[in-house]
Amino acid sequence: MAGKSLLKRLDWLTVFIYLALLTIGWVNIYSSTFNGSDSSIFEFGTLHGKQLFFIGVSFISIILVLALDVGFYERFSSLLYVVTMVLLLGLFPFGKTIAGATSWYDLGFFNFQPSELAKVATALALAKYLSDIQTDIKRRKDQWYAFLVLLIPAILIIPQPDPGSALVFFAMAFVIFREGLPLFYLVIVLLAILIFITTLMFGTIWVGISLTLLIILFLLLKKKSFKIPIFPLVSVVVVAILFSLSVNFVFNNVFEQRHRDRFSLWLRLEKDPAKLEKIRKTIGYNTYQSEKAIESGGLFGKGFLEGTRTKGDFVPEQETDYIFSTVGEEWGFVGTTTVVLLFTILLLRLVYIAERQKNPFSRMYGYGAISILFVHYFINIGMVIGILPTIGIPLPFFSYGGSGLLFFTILLFIMLRLDSNRLKEGY
Amino acid sequence: MKKILLSSIIIIIGITFIGRLSYLQIFSFSPDLDNPAIKAIYDYPERGYIYDRNGKLLVGNDPAYDVMVIPREVKALDTLEFCSLLDIDIIKFRKQLRRARIYSPRLPSVLVHQLSKEDYARLQEKMRRYPGFYIQKRSLRYYDMNAGANVLGYISEVNERDLRKNPSYVQGELTGRTGVEKVYEDTLRGRKGIQYIQKDRFNRDIGKYKDGLSDVQPVQGKEISLTIDKDLQEYGEKLMHGKWGGIVAIEPSSGEILTMISGPTYDPSLLVGRKRSANYSKLHFDSISKPTFDRSISFEKSPGSPFKAINALIALQEGAITPSTTFTCYHGFYIGRNKKGCHCGGGTRRLNDGIYKSCNAYFVGVYKKIFEQFDSNAAAMDAWEKHVRSFGLGSYLGSDLHTGRPGSVPSTKLYNKWYGEGDSRWSAVTTYSNAIGQGEVNVTPIQLANMTAAIANRGFYYTPHILKKVNGEDIRNPNFIEPKYTTIDKRHFEPVVQGMAEVYKRGTAKYVQIPDIEIAGKTGTVENFMVIDTVRTQLTDNSVFVAFAPVDNPKIAIAVYIQNGYYGSRYAGHIASLLIEKYLKGYITRKDLEKRMLERTLESEYVKPYSGEEFKINEYDWSKHAIKPKMETIPSR
Repeated sequence: MAGKSLLKRLDWLTVFIYLALLTIGWVNIYSSTFNGSDSSIFEFGTLHGKQLFFIGVSFISIILVLALDVGFYERFSSLLYVVTMVLLLGLFPFGKTIAGATSWYDLGFFNFQPSELAKVATALALAKYLSDIQTDIKRRKDQWYAFLVLLIPAILIIPQPDPGSALVFFAMAFVIFREGLPLFYLVIVLLAILIFITTLMFGTIWVGISLTLLIILFLLLKKKSFKIPIFPLVSVVVVAILFSLSVNFVFNNVFEQRHRDRFSLWLRLEKDPAKLEKIRKTIGYNTYQSEKAIESGGLFGKGFLEGTRTKGDFVPEQETDYIFSTVGEEWGFVGTTTVVLLFTILLLRLVYIAERQKNPFSRMYGYGAISILFVHYFINIGMVIGILPTIGIPLPFFSYGGSGLLFFTILLFIMLRLDSNRLKEGY
Repeated sequence: MKKILLSSIIIIIGITFIGRLSYLQIFSFSPDLDNPAIKAIYDYPERGYIYDRNGKLLVGNDPAYDVMVIPREVKALDTLEFCSLLDIDIIKFRKQLRRARIYSPRLPSVLVHQLSKEDYARLQEKMRRYPGFYIQKRSLRYYDMNAGANVLGYISEVNERDLRKNPSYVQGELTGRTGVEKVYEDTLRGRKGIQYIQKDRFNRDIGKYKDGLSDVQPVQGKEISLTIDKDLQEYGEKLMHGKWGGIVAIEPSSGEILTMISGPTYDPSLLVGRKRSANYSKLHFDSISKPTFDRSISFEKSPGSPFKAINALIALQEGAITPSTTFTCYHGFYIGRNKKGCHCGGGTRRLNDGIYKSCNAYFVGVYKKIFEQFDSNAAAMDAWEKHVRSFGLGSYLGSDLHTGRPGSVPSTKLYNKWYGEGDSRWSAVTTYSNAIGQGEVNVTPIQLANMTAAIANRGFYYTPHILKKVNGEDIRNPNFIEPKYTTIDKRHFEPVVQGMAEVYKRGTAKYVQIPDIEIAGKTGTVENFMVIDTVRTQLTDNSVFVAFAPVDNPKIAIAVYIQNGYYGSRYAGHIASLLIEKYLKGYITRKDLEKRMLERTLESEYVKPYSGEEFKINEYDWSKHAIKPKMETIPSR
């Protein structure tokens, strides 16, 4: 097929937002690693120099992704998935440990992180499995297999340990919902999360009382004609209360103190202000410093390279997971809002793109990619601005990190490649 | 529904994020004041020097050297050799080093405070052999005069309250606490330089903040010259040795304070450096002799006989008497049926000998005459009070001294309150003590000196002040160069001044005259009381003397107030004479008198109330102690 027509069929709005995020991200990496001396921006020894190199590598990968035939992705997705799982398994004997996590292969010139590849591979494999003509998502067995596709990489990644990345795979369950898994499951999950949080905040008794009140209210307001499903209703309440009790048990006996502290901080469980402040400055040190940095930016920020807290390295991991705090300090509310809006527009555009696919594989892969990008964006910024507990995952296209940038790019452009072919499919 | 689910979640999350960000960056935004990333480094300018009226240095600055340590940078060293070099105990050294490490391994701590210049010279070249240690220069006050602690004041580190009151100070900065150091703090202090340093999270310097654009350059403190005469101040404090009280001398033609002595006093260099706070406690808690209490400006007592001059002036002004009006002294006078004593010798007194013999009967008569000029006692009292106040009595004077007391002048209101309103309730007789300066009139030594200056100027005074020059330029404070006129006409002063001059020639101070200088003065012997174990007990009289010299074109007006010095010329008169001679001639001719004053102390008087034993007051063996005049140089006239 002719390259020109491909370029014509590419979704340029997405490409534009991608480039914008890449640029803003790099500028902020430059600022947070800037040490005052006038080193060249292309110097490979510096982090921003390395990142620039990986941006170049990503651009090359875009060409490759677009050059490959559309059918390639569907055909080789299973193989890629298997190879990736082997790579993840191989980490246990051969992996390189950085900052306590054995997540990298040392390739000499750079460290390769297979869990980033696994995200792409799993999205492809899940799409492939669900779009298979023999798969019927309404069947219990097929539901389990679909979950298994997500579960395998998650189980391999958790002991690295990298629970943040593992979470991303569970997020891909959204694809299964989109394809017909009853929303009932989602409601159950959300309810479980709600009970978990409310139990920690108010205790089992209050959860039980409010649930009972809720059901009584439901009975009073119901239509006369409606038959009361007494048994399921009661069983839901009983299960909920049992779950609530188990939450207390798990929280106090299974969780470690650092986990408990994170929750105490997040949900403000600690009522003593002095103790809370202490937790804020020890366990919550990262979040505390990043909130302070963002706060100090104000409406317009302190200006490029003028962020004193950024310069002083007060926010740990600032060029990677906490890159958004640099935006907050140096570019202010204007900068942070711009970034949030860019991500929102990008994700909405991608949903639109996914929905216009005629080919189910393309659509499901699209949803997989969106789930991955969305979870990263949601958890990362939520953590940096202090509304979610600390979970270490990078901000797509933004955070420093070669593997991350490369595979987020590949993830996005496979979707655009599939999209560019949509008119030819199905006819 | 499933199709829009994800889109709605994305939008809701976007709104949530923007909401949270606007809370953080717009609502809780505060200018980064507690920013740990920027440290201000202060560069303290040298505090201004203080000179006397003749350009002699009073207070300068002395460099002091602290040995500092940055524990992290300390390498293995020969501890024994280093300690002997610093001349400190090895155990203390280890303790200090440990404490510094606990404070911060990365930040400098003081290891040894304030080395002397000699130690510094010895150490300086060897210091670089010991990495992690360095010497930091500081500036301390240095006193070139072992006197004038009450005038100069002292400086110390600012406290929480100062910081709240004046945010331009920072922790650790020095500020004037009393005296000139306090009053002219802003002039002496200069402006400190500020350098903003960008720090990293380990508190290490990583360069200048904004390339030093917001840095402030230090401005040196200005040097000031006081109106104090250094030699006179030092000499006066020597004379004051062992005596309690205050001396103030003023140049009548300008209001400049020549000397301001408070006894007992202390060496100003006690309140410098390492021992400051221990020494200050010692001085502050000496509640009997109160060395930190400035008696020259805060000590309110009855003026005694010098106040008679004021009554004479008021009577002349009101037309109550003429210089030749006579009153008879019967070795005393009668108040109702009670006879009050007078030791002037008795006889018929006119103004002239009334003053020089300090006749109580004469002035009680004068005082009654003043009251007879008015229709009511209240009107008389009001007029009298107005005249008295015009001499600066009963007010703070508006000087540039850091503290002081207003004294008190009785008023109609006061007596109405005490005795009730109406002419029948109180009269001149009731308040006759005012006539001889013993009643409700209370003055401070500086007020007495100022009153004397007003008499010396024949009717006006300049507000007493202590600042002469700033950076070598004369100050032009309108408050200090405008004369303040008294309510007495100029022509009434001459007879009173004549009487005061006679005091030296043949009156109560004839034994303390000085060759070749014509002095006008007035002695005072003031009864005083103290409550000892709830009993009001009379103590030995206070010795008071006011004088100015020369009589024509006066150069100095002085008030000397010596507690429990007995009669006026005994201590106060002598000291006043010596100081006048010292100031006008620069040397002392009456060495016998000088020797006596330098050696004599009144400590035996001061222990009396605290000894718990019975004691006699006004002990004096006249035959043994009388000082014979030197007849060969009696001034003519």
